[in-house]
Amino acid sequence: MRNIMAICRREVLSFFVSPIAYVVITGFVLLAGYFFFNLLSIFSVMFVRFQAMASFNPGAEGPNLNQWVVEPFYFTLVIILVFMIPVLTMRLLAEERKRGTFELLITSPLSVTEIVLGKFLGVGVVLFVMCGLCFAFPLLLVYFGQPGPELLPVLSGWFGLFLCSLAFASIALAVSAFTENQVVAAVSGMVALLLLYVIHSPAEALEGTSATVLKALSPVLQMQDLVRGVVTLQSVAYFALLIVLGIFLSQRAIDAQRFR
Amino acid sequence: MIEVKNLVKRYGDYAAVSGVSFSATKGEIVGFLGPNGAGKTTTIRMLATYLPPTSGSATVAGFDIVKQSDEVRRRIGYLPETPPLYGEMTVNEYLLFVARIKGIATSDLARAVSVAVERCVLGDVRNKLCQHLSRGYRQRVGIAQAIIHDPEVIILDEPTSGLDPKQIIDIRQTIKSLAERHTVILSTHILPEVSMVCSKVVIINRGKVALVSQLSDLGTQSLEQVFIECVSREGSTAAFEEPSVAASA
Repeated sequence: MRNIMAICRREVLSFFVSPIAYVVITGFVLLAGYFFFNLLSIFSVMFVRFQAMASFNPGAEGPNLNQWVVEPFYFTLVIILVFMIPVLTMRLLAEERKRGTFELLITSPLSVTEIVLGKFLGVGVVLFVMCGLCFAFPLLLVYFGQPGPELLPVLSGWFGLFLCSLAFASIALAVSAFTENQVVAAVSGMVALLLLYVIHSPAEALEGTSATVLKALSPVLQMQDLVRGVVTLQSVAYFALLIVLGIFLSQRAIDAQRFR
Repeated sequence: MIEVKNLVKRYGDYAAVSGVSFSATKGEIVGFLGPNGAGKTTTIRMLATYLPPTSGSATVAGFDIVKQSDEVRRRIGYLPETPPLYGEMTVNEYLLFVARIKGIATSDLARAVSVAVERCVLGDVRNKLCQHLSRGYRQRVGIAQAIIHDPEVIILDEPTSGLDPKQIIDIRQTIKSLAERHTVILSTHILPEVSMVCSKVVIINRGKVALVSQLSDLGTQSLEQVFIECVSREGSTAAFEEPSVAASA
């Protein structure tokens, strides 16, 4: 545990003294703000329209913030994550190899699992800051909304977003463990995440088991319950499994290049 | 302290190291000498548990480098060819980090860093970023990193390459002072360095040991003559090898 924390601390320090963390976090929050603004504009137009129609249709349910803003907001952030996370993970292993510090880590009394976990936690801290800052947007709705959105989906949706970002980081880390080149690491990470993101698309045309499997593998569909305020064991287990899988693959990839 | 038996490293058909054997006892500084591309770095990387050997075996501080690599890692300090520095950290932060991953107890961290800083004369640059250091200082931080956990064996890969004469003298002084407490393997292609610093010399050529000898046993022959002879010899059969090498542990 101590070793893991040592690696994690160094990783966080290195993220925040280099421009990478700031650029990625700022870009993410900027895009998030823009999409939030768009969604809210559409919502207000819908709301005005609804009110104009309300007299003809008494008792009808108007558009609500959860459905029109919070849910699509979280789903949009997932797409941005697909492109941002590989940029964060690309340097974790590639840079160590390039500047020779990998030799220091490998010849120290650390296990590969500790190295990988430390690095993963380091990215986790950055992702927590990133997703945490974006939580400000739905929070605005909670404070100023009349009526505001339901609180539970706002919270569980954020939890889903953070879980999803960790799972993406784990997968991107595993992909980057196979290369010494940062650009290759970033691009192959994006390809892998984008594939995962759209993995359920063919399910529409398919039937039976294959469709069910593809749907179950989709991070978007797995997030649906969380974003709607239902924390299911299935979706939490799905993201947890992705995280474990990514860490396991990274560990194997590095271990294949050294020995016990 | 170090016992190397028939170590082989192959990359496909190419043998970078083909059967290296030698040994070193406690307190010795072994000069690991050879022309560029002779297999010095590969051998050293295997001893430092960075690369797995294709065949053969070696023990460092009594532990097998393959089967008990974790025990070996606890007992070695290793300076690779390029000092493994993180440019964005200060010397102090960097040494603290290394002390942590080398398993030094939290209460001892500050003391260990201070000792290493003192032994490698780094007081002036302690709060400088590693990326702003001159080559000489980088190399010294690299040595500080290797000795911070007071290991039994220290492995240095060309610690004086690319330094100016003054820095070379400083580094040699530092290395000499290590011999009191540690066994040191020093890889180099600079002959005078070996005569000045080492007690034992291992000459390696084309992946094979060409000579193992105590420096004092070379007699009237200068190291230079011996080296030229070893390196120019085809196939390099270890004619100079002392007979007791395998026995002395």
